[in-house]
Amino acid sequence: MKRIHGVLSVLLVAIFLIGAAGCASQPQADGPKTLRVLAMQQAGPTPDEMNAIVAKFNAANPNVTVEIEYVSYDALHDKIATAMSTTPPAYDIVLVDDIWYAEFAANEYLLDVTDRLDANMKTNIFDSAWAITTVNGKTYGMPWLLDAKYFYYNEAILKEAGFDAPPTTWEELVAMGQVIKEKGLVEYPIAWSWAQAEAAICDFVTLLEGNGGKLVDEAGKPIFNNELGVKTLQWMVDSVESGVSNPASITYVEEDVRNVFSQGKAAFASNWLYMYELAALNAEESQVTGQVKMALMPVFEAGKAAGVQSATINGSMGFSVVGKSANPDAAWEFVKFLTSEEIQKEYAAHLLPVWANNYEGDALTALEALNPATPATVPMFKEQIPFSKVRPKVPYYSEGSKALQLALQEALTGQKTAQQALDDAAAVWVELGAK
Amino acid sequence: MSVLAKPRKTLTLARQEIRDGLWLLAPSMLVILIITVLPVIFTLVLSFFDTPLSNPVPRDFVGFGNYLEFLSSQQFWQAIWRTLYFTLVSVGLELVLGLGIALLIHARPPGWNFLRTSLIIPWAVPTVVNGAMWRWIYNADYGALNGVLLSLGIIEKYQAWMIDPIVAMNLVIVADIWHSVPFIAIILQAALAGIPVELEEAAAVDGANAFQRFLLIRLPLLQPAILVALVVRTVEAFRVFDIIYVITSGGPAFGTVTISYLTYLESFTYGHLGSGSALSFLISAFTLVMALVYIKILYRPENRA
Amino acid sequence: MKRKTPVQTMRNLVLMALVLFFVYAPIAWLVLSSISTRAELLNVPPSFIPKEPTLKNYLDILVPGRAASEVASTFKVALGNSLLVATTTTLICLLVGVLAAYALARLRLPFKNKLLMSILSVRMIPEISLVIPLYIVAAKLALLNKPAVLIITYLSFALPFSIWMITTFFEAVPMELEDAARIDGCSRLRTLFNVILPVATPGIVSTGLFIFLLAWDEFFFALIFTSTLAAKTAPVAIAEFTGRYAVDITAMMAAGVLAALPPVLLALIFQRYIVSGLSAGAVKG
Repeated sequence: MKRIHGVLSVLLVAIFLIGAAGCASQPQADGPKTLRVLAMQQAGPTPDEMNAIVAKFNAANPNVTVEIEYVSYDALHDKIATAMSTTPPAYDIVLVDDIWYAEFAANEYLLDVTDRLDANMKTNIFDSAWAITTVNGKTYGMPWLLDAKYFYYNEAILKEAGFDAPPTTWEELVAMGQVIKEKGLVEYPIAWSWAQAEAAICDFVTLLEGNGGKLVDEAGKPIFNNELGVKTLQWMVDSVESGVSNPASITYVEEDVRNVFSQGKAAFASNWLYMYELAALNAEESQVTGQVKMALMPVFEAGKAAGVQSATINGSMGFSVVGKSANPDAAWEFVKFLTSEEIQKEYAAHLLPVWANNYEGDALTALEALNPATPATVPMFKEQIPFSKVRPKVPYYSEGSKALQLALQEALTGQKTAQQALDDAAAVWVELGAK
Repeated sequence: MSVLAKPRKTLTLARQEIRDGLWLLAPSMLVILIITVLPVIFTLVLSFFDTPLSNPVPRDFVGFGNYLEFLSSQQFWQAIWRTLYFTLVSVGLELVLGLGIALLIHARPPGWNFLRTSLIIPWAVPTVVNGAMWRWIYNADYGALNGVLLSLGIIEKYQAWMIDPIVAMNLVIVADIWHSVPFIAIILQAALAGIPVELEEAAAVDGANAFQRFLLIRLPLLQPAILVALVVRTVEAFRVFDIIYVITSGGPAFGTVTISYLTYLESFTYGHLGSGSALSFLISAFTLVMALVYIKILYRPENRA
Repeated sequence: MKRKTPVQTMRNLVLMALVLFFVYAPIAWLVLSSISTRAELLNVPPSFIPKEPTLKNYLDILVPGRAASEVASTFKVALGNSLLVATTTTLICLLVGVLAAYALARLRLPFKNKLLMSILSVRMIPEISLVIPLYIVAAKLALLNKPAVLIITYLSFALPFSIWMITTFFEAVPMELEDAARIDGCSRLRTLFNVILPVATPGIVSTGLFIFLLAWDEFFFALIFTSTLAAKTAPVAIAEFTGRYAVDITAMMAAGVLAALPPVLLALIFQRYIVSGLSAGAVKG
């Protein structure tokens, strides 16, 4: 008997320890309904602001308690995918990057909210915002964090080289760049984010669309290996060879571009909105404060001729309700609340609103006065967003993108010709599309 | 009666021992069964179905379809090749370097104790920290590797080491070697210390030089230790994942996608749980075979003390 | 032992210096980076010894409310989680493992060898084979994102390991001690706790150390099963210093040093046990 007691007592200790560890975390909120949100911590409003929004919602909806969790961007996709493996799912509301919408829609992770949208939303939110969360005509979430890549230039360097205005075409940029190089002002006029990562696709799409081209046709079949695609990629390769584009660009992601530009080692750069404040206004982070300006993203002559005024990449995120959620209606209420005009206006300091009418009249003035960066960023946002293009909404985008990233690297490092690299990538897309 | 009494007593004693044993083993066996054996069986079952991550239930039976699919996939064979390369090069170099360091310590130069203590540090540093540290060292624009090579005049300009798949793979191997050599060095050094001094002295008296002593006395006596180190490290190297996730995330150009990383991609990033389960099964099978080899060799009569 | 000639000693010293350089150089860079400012680190070539060393990165992590970055100010919590999970896992493995090891080391069981082999084999199963079923069950039991789920799942590799190691150490305890105790009338359990354990204490300490290090080091399960500070461990938190666009290098290095301190210090303090633990595996199998 002593033996059995001995063993049992050990087991009890073990169970106690596990239980203690289990209770070491926050106890579960015991409301009638709990909604769990998965978001990202480096996006938009600070966690404090997000928690304030959540608190407001909880106060206004006594039957519902919202809990929000943050993970890093790299972990977000896989966390969402893993969470879908249980019923009910681990989260009711998730933050989705626009390149995942097609995949998640095809896997039936997200709730179709097309019929839940009201007229106000449809008219007053930017069309390019809806392009993010809409797949095959159905909408799967509310656009929330709208961002695009902007064209930055160093006014001082341009003036020294004798230019008063920024280029409007890429051909102009190359010409200006050569003058800047000859005058010894910078070694490589423009730095890009062409590392083997999604960042390279962003730049490729910007340039391709600026040429009047597209990654896929209406049927979703890859056409990036057509004449326009090859021309665009070849232009990229040539710009490195001629020394206009910084050769280290093939290892750069957005932060590297920011560093190079902020050290005055580039006259031009393409980057997301976040770079403006740091490069133009933050003396600790930048040596070129006061010299930074933004302009509409240039296009190619051919694109201009085809009627393309400007083209840039749209890199946004949306909030969606998980299809399998136990409380889809309550979840949708929260998503609507989070993305509503009032909330977005209030917290616009870190997140520019998706509502077009916030960029008119008094609302616009209020926005521009929010912080030292907004007088420049808000008008630029308004100008550029309508010309932002989304990446293809194909379910196999993650895998396909990797193949295309590889193709860009191979061409840029001279391992393959532009045509060969793009053809090989297109073959992968066709294979993926057939599955 | 006395003839019968003795056997009964022995039987009861033996049975009692078994019963005691079962009680003592019950908690552990239960835990292992629930946490390891059952999940593995579930994974095996899943591997015979076309299972998406969003609905991990056995539904669309495909038999050996998943297995056949990756056996005919180029990505799979490339991953196997890379894993073999990683394993052979890393374990091979670790063994050689580890043996060298063990011999060095064994020679008792002044400060040998400090050396042995210092070896513990790379071994104890967590894998993620190790990965982050080397990633920063290899950084194309600001890394220490570039800095050192530039200062020594070996390179003219900073190089982007990690964009070439082959270079990247080898640099990951370097990071892994730094972390794992101490393990082998310490084991081998302890084994060396266990070799009776008289054996070596006798050989020296007989006229054997250092190299002969090494080959004919030390090496054979080190065999069990080398085997242990070899097998443990081989199994670990074959399953490598964490360090790849942190340093290269499988890139560049899939150049560091090992079989474990491919399994992760299939299961979580692409959501093909059926294929992922089949792949993870392959890894389990290989490591189990290695484990059996290990056990067979270690439990040979001459190796058991 | 043959005495070394001066040439041999010189050669050995040089080799030793080389080895020590390769051991310490990366770590030195890690530590130096953690006390540098970002501006200095971004020089080309970098100033290897920072001209303006600063403890800012550490203070940001350790002093509440200082850091601008969310990740830095919450890293402490992740460290705390790692400590909780590693310690509890170690305690459970030791408690439960000692019982099983005693049975395997001392009792005559017909299935002993097969069981030992199975336990070893189980250790070989890769985490990725276990993760999805465990995730589903954890979700159903509402255990996700709690330290308990990590403790339980860590048992999958820590328990077989501890059983195997402790069995080896118990087998090394002389039978005479046990026989003496049994003759004196001790029950099995009493013998275990009063006789075997005290003698095998170094081995237990050694095993405990290894398990603590294994648990502290674990990354994959922590990545999948946790998402917030309620349970996130240090390795996962370090991986998160990589933002969507940026890597906060100096903070990441400081966090790395902090995350490495407990295992490294423990290993250095108890190095005797590590060496004996490793060699027990090597010599005895």
